[in-house]
Amino acid sequence: MSDNDINEVEHLACDVLVIGAGGAGLRAAVEARLAGKSVIVISKSLFGKAHTVMAEGGAAAAMGNVNANDNWQVHFRDTMRGGKFLNNYRMAELHAQEAPDRIWELETYGALFDRTPEGKISQRNFGGHEYPRLAHVGDRTGLELIRTLQQKLVSLQQDDEAAGESESKLQVIDETTITELFIEGGAVKGAFGYRRATGGFMAIAAPAIVLATGGIGRSFKVTSNSWEYTGDGHALALRAGAKLINMEFIQFHPTGMVWPPSVRGILVTESVRGDGGVLKNSAGERFMFDYIPEVFKAQYADNPEEGDRWYTDPDHNRRPPELLPRDEVARAINSEVKAGRGSEHGGVYLDIASRRDAETIRKKLPSMYHQFKELADVDITAEPMEVGPTCHYIMGGIEVDADTAASAVAGLFAAGEVSGGMHGSNRLGGNSLSDLLVFGKRAGEYAAAHASGAESPKLTEAEIAAAAEDALRPFGNEGENPYALQSALQAVNGRLVGIIRKAGELEEALTELAALESRIANVSASGGRAYNPGWHLALDLRNMYVCSVATAKAALERDESRGGHTREDAPGMDPEWRKINLVASLEDGEVRLTRQDVPAMTPELLGLFETAELSKYMTADEYGTATTDPSTTVEEA
Amino acid sequence: MSTRTFRVWRGDAEGGELAEFDVAVNEGEVVLDVVHRIQAEQAPDLAVRWNCKAGKCGSCSAEVNGMPRLMCMTRMNLFADGEPVTITPLRTFPVVRDLVTDVSFNYEKAREMPQFAPPADLKPGEYRMQQVDVERSQEFRKCIECFLCQNTCHVVRDHEENKPPFSGPRLFIRAAELDMHPLDARDDRREAAQDEQGLGYCNITKCCTEVCPEHIHITDNAIIPMKERVAGDRYDPLVWLGRKIFRKGKAPSATD
Repeated sequence: MSDNDINEVEHLACDVLVIGAGGAGLRAAVEARLAGKSVIVISKSLFGKAHTVMAEGGAAAAMGNVNANDNWQVHFRDTMRGGKFLNNYRMAELHAQEAPDRIWELETYGALFDRTPEGKISQRNFGGHEYPRLAHVGDRTGLELIRTLQQKLVSLQQDDEAAGESESKLQVIDETTITELFIEGGAVKGAFGYRRATGGFMAIAAPAIVLATGGIGRSFKVTSNSWEYTGDGHALALRAGAKLINMEFIQFHPTGMVWPPSVRGILVTESVRGDGGVLKNSAGERFMFDYIPEVFKAQYADNPEEGDRWYTDPDHNRRPPELLPRDEVARAINSEVKAGRGSEHGGVYLDIASRRDAETIRKKLPSMYHQFKELADVDITAEPMEVGPTCHYIMGGIEVDADTAASAVAGLFAAGEVSGGMHGSNRLGGNSLSDLLVFGKRAGEYAAAHASGAESPKLTEAEIAAAAEDALRPFGNEGENPYALQSALQAVNGRLVGIIRKAGELEEALTELAALESRIANVSASGGRAYNPGWHLALDLRNMYVCSVATAKAALERDESRGGHTREDAPGMDPEWRKINLVASLEDGEVRLTRQDVPAMTPELLGLFETAELSKYMTADEYGTATTDPSTTVEEA
Repeated sequence: MSTRTFRVWRGDAEGGELAEFDVAVNEGEVVLDVVHRIQAEQAPDLAVRWNCKAGKCGSCSAEVNGMPRLMCMTRMNLFADGEPVTITPLRTFPVVRDLVTDVSFNYEKAREMPQFAPPADLKPGEYRMQQVDVERSQEFRKCIECFLCQNTCHVVRDHEENKPPFSGPRLFIRAAELDMHPLDARDDRREAAQDEQGLGYCNITKCCTEVCPEHIHITDNAIIPMKERVAGDRYDPLVWLGRKIFRKGKAPSATD
């Protein structure tokens, strides 16, 4: 191929390199630029298309606009409960405290959220959140968020132009994939990648790098994630010497579409349930009442009447169990289908048609209405939807310092889904958009500070040449088609590392993954370098592979069930396991797992919970010292 | 399952031609599913741009049997039995490769227009707006930037020469969005649309509205109201007199 000879490498440099142009990356870029740094944002897709666009329900922030009882402490408590107390408490604390400011700030960038009658930002109910808390725009909140940040970046570029600054102060380089980070003396110094359109290579020198690449969902066949989600940041960080934590915890969103097959996995927003929708099995029963776990009995209604009253009188009734955290709902659906009470196509029914009038449904859930109408010929104002679990989010990710978003590698920061710890073993709906704003900002801020104290790094010809050779390898290989290998990888994960796991199957998964390793290393690409998706996938596969191994290993090691990790052969939570994070690192190309203590909560934060609740999660010596005065908490009956 | 003939344009800026593929189609599939099957089984380097496959990101725009569409939202049962499906790249933008076009025109136009200008005296958290007021702009913020409206607009579709002065429907709804934004402090949005963005080139044939996958009323709710107000301001004798006297380049803010 003649165009394979274009081996000229484009050389760029900046203070802060942001890899990923979803919410976290763009927020980090805004912050770093406001701190005076030159910033390059690398976007795997076109600018404004990142996966954040798919977020539907909203961004959780305890603004207290709809229920004045809400505050950061209640949000913190909900987040810890949702994560089954495995969360990095400091991240959960910062997140709950700072989310309102991050949302209000978006309004100053031009965002238009739905309003309350007083003209404030409206907030909606969501699973696991005690009060209506999600700032939203119908069911297209993610689009509003990414467009707002995209426009803010343009606005900053215009400010630079007006101030006579060079265009290089803030650049967005779209349709570009980073394949390698350059490290020297334990610190990052740059990155290597290719432009999709031309296949041309690029080397960027930067003393500070923010990874904001999202998740790993494309390693599963049934997923709500877009093609970009191949674990790039997770893998880049591992190869750079950083650590991943909690990789066994993967969220299967309870409600993905199940029919027709081509749309299987596409997300059906939790707002359907937040706005009154209920789950039913083939016998027409609201089965969620049978699945309220012990730890949540105090907060969830055990009968339909009370659950229904809650929508209008939340202060005197408990929430309906359809709004339990996602892991609980996903498992319940899985059990119903297994017990033979599933819908025609192997899901369950999500019914809002019999619960709300057509006008309300179209108004509150416009994109769901269109999605079902256009893709499944289903009118959700007249008939129930068929839904089932879909791989949605990975709680695990790069281990970071809570305050600074810094990884173990100097100069390397991470924010958003690619980072780990914030959500513990299970993320609450709505906590992702707020997470990426809170920690995107922090990552940008601390990356900028790091760049201030660092010298401009120099990249060597040799390391660039090695990265180029690596990226070109699939063209010289005589191995398999990348699409077939991706299907094989997805099949292993879906069959053996899915929503319900057991030791024997996880061992089998590791054996099958090991067998895939050499096939993936030998994957071949045909054609030229210009916009060649086969080549792109060939390069993504090794990232998907290493993330899959980390997940399977950690899932095998953790013999308990917690949040997004369910072991059929080890049901129930074990308080001893609650104290432990599984940490993955890469040694000689192999994923290695170690155990590390979960940071212990401060007495002040422990005091936000009642002892009776803590005793369900922790060993007595952990909460014994906390003083609990029930009158200071805002517990519902 | 059935087999269907797909004709997919393959080539680059130098030229290209339709390549024919016989490919399996399953119940409920959309055009993008079939393109992915061609990619996986017959042409691994077939260039196609896509992301969410749920009609939310606006990446997979192409022309299917001559009609600008999102491939992920075009169901195969739209076509008659045995009818071949022909897919070509967006015609208004330069081809990169196969079905992928260079849509940077749209980003450049966005880069040129003044962004949201918040009121100086309002702090974060103090913004108050009524739902009925935000809804007008929210309609335009539904835009997923698929650029089908830009592609279909005859002002630029076959007229490269009109591209420099004309921003196109996508940016007209952005102007309308900011014009109607309850807290945007600038009062020259529609003037700017007329003078800087080439609003006057539009002769309201509504082609953009027809292809919008988000069903935004681009012409009726954005373009026509802006045209009317610009015309109203410019030809109102009092405003005209005021402009003469005070020699302002911009119209005074209208309070309609």
